[in-house]
Amino acid sequence: MSSREVWVFVELRNGRPADVSFELLSKGHKLAQAIGGRLLSVVIGRNTSSIGKETFRYGADEALLVDDPALEFYRTMPFARVMTDLVRARQPRIVLFGATIIGRDLAPRVASATRSGLTADCTDLQISDVSYLRRNYPQLLLQIRPAFGGNIIATIITPDNPVQMATVREGVMEKHRLEDRGNGVLTKIPYTAHDIDGLVEIVEQHREESKVNLKAASIIVAGGYGLKTKENFGLIRDFAHVLGAEVAGSRAAVDAGFIPPERQVGQTGTTVRPKLYIAVGISGAIQHRAGMQESNKIVAINTDPDAPIFGISHYGIVGDAMEVIPRFIEVYKNKLK
Amino acid sequence: MISSIVLVKQVPDTANITGNVMQEDGTVNRAKLPAVLNHEDRVALELALQVKDQYGGAVAAVSMGPPRASDILRECLYMGADSAYLVTDRKFAGADTLATSYVLSEAIRKIGPFDLVFAGRQAIDGDTAQVGPQTAEKLGIPQITYVDAILGVKNRVLTARHRIDGGSEVVTCKLPALLTVLKDAAEPRPFKARRVMAFKGAKSLLELEKMAEGNSLLYIDKLVHEFQSRSMFIPTLTMDDLQLDPARCGVQGSPTKVYKVESVVLTSDGRQSVPPTKEGLGSLIDQLLADHILG
Repeated sequence: MSSREVWVFVELRNGRPADVSFELLSKGHKLAQAIGGRLLSVVIGRNTSSIGKETFRYGADEALLVDDPALEFYRTMPFARVMTDLVRARQPRIVLFGATIIGRDLAPRVASATRSGLTADCTDLQISDVSYLRRNYPQLLLQIRPAFGGNIIATIITPDNPVQMATVREGVMEKHRLEDRGNGVLTKIPYTAHDIDGLVEIVEQHREESKVNLKAASIIVAGGYGLKTKENFGLIRDFAHVLGAEVAGSRAAVDAGFIPPERQVGQTGTTVRPKLYIAVGISGAIQHRAGMQESNKIVAINTDPDAPIFGISHYGIVGDAMEVIPRFIEVYKNKLK
Repeated sequence: MISSIVLVKQVPDTANITGNVMQEDGTVNRAKLPAVLNHEDRVALELALQVKDQYGGAVAAVSMGPPRASDILRECLYMGADSAYLVTDRKFAGADTLATSYVLSEAIRKIGPFDLVFAGRQAIDGDTAQVGPQTAEKLGIPQITYVDAILGVKNRVLTARHRIDGGSEVVTCKLPALLTVLKDAAEPRPFKARRVMAFKGAKSLLELEKMAEGNSLLYIDKLVHEFQSRSMFIPTLTMDDLQLDPARCGVQGSPTKVYKVESVVLTSDGRQSVPPTKEGLGSLIDQLLADHILG
């Protein structure tokens, strides 16, 4: 029997853990409980001790710290080598990475080197006893993800491999800070440089700190290609302003230049779950639905009564947005008087 | 001179789902989707061709897939690839990314020395983005993922810009290396009419075998020779050709298994239709205000 350790790779941006890492720790904590095991955070970087301690607040029992000035910025080669060595040496049962650019760069490399199963972009993880091809597997990790452009939801298992790896979408797991939790164990792992670490060198970095935070918005008004022109899209902004909402768009709206990419909702954009999501002129391609279908209430406005978006909306309005929105605004303002 | 290998995949066109592939039960009829060259792979090929235009060298396109993947290899030839290889074998079926990257890395080794391997960031059917990095790992070379521009190659060091979380980064990398490419990295060139005319008759070994059906083995050898001499042959690489370990191919070599698949069903159950009138919108707003969703 292999170990009962659940690992979370803690991804650092400007020296701070990404939100997704806390989300994964919270999920990992539950998974570790379900298999009667322990949760470990793996922090590779510089000045990692305080971050390691912070991970205890999210359920980690132990933090593996690999600390060196050379590891201040993420680079594929040293990070993959360090992570691979750790996985080989300790054989965790489950390893989770954020499905971020770093996670999607690192995880496949580590999985390949350790010949582990890796499932990309999971939206849910569960532990379950599984019967597969007439064999019983206790406490497997069910790795649930949309596939085929979101047309199917697949449950992937890694039955015969000691290590089960997955990357998990940002924003789909809830992070949960635990109160009254004792400290865990800080374990420092020595780092020794290797020739291959320097094959790729960073020349310069540009960080565009996004002022847009769709994930935090409680109301989102999103426009699609159905609005036809950039000018018409202005109505979406007016509508959002009146409702105190954030403006978002579908991939088609981004591709058409109606709205900048950082406001894209969907599989290749941001995953959101606001209290209210109003989809205007969005047909509801699966890519889009994957990013918003968890919204508490969905209102769809579309001229096409057969648009797939109506299939997942709670309230459907068949009509021309250019007429419906001004009317909605007028009625809404009157109600608030 | 830079010699490049581009990994390309034939995918069902999930990006353009129209009403006629939707089934009664609200699911997508995948069999009805057209099979296309994955767009980001096409961009990867364009980038490889631009490198060749600037520094000289050659570009080979490689696809692992069923026999009909030779369709997209011909497209690569139309765009400007110097050669194309079809990696195919029944025993590759059901491969996950680990098994796929094993086969592809061995195919790349077989095809010969290279400076750069290009791939699209991800394929639209699986969206995993794993095969590129896993192939790089198996080849023992570095990778740069999410590349949106190649800034130059000098003294066998490549400079490229790639996307990182919350920004972008310029990196240098010693060759050989593998790059995965974003769709914004380049605008794929259209097919050249001259090349379409020249290569539309290019055939893979399997297609030649079909042509030669019923004839002797000698005849197929002659056909292959003839197509080769006219640069019209798409070589086929099988498990035996690559001397692969069967335990690392296909379903057997894939640690991840699909346990369950559920089609996403679109139903309008529970949906409330709101008439686009003042009254209709008014009662919707009342409802949302009462639920503390608005206001």
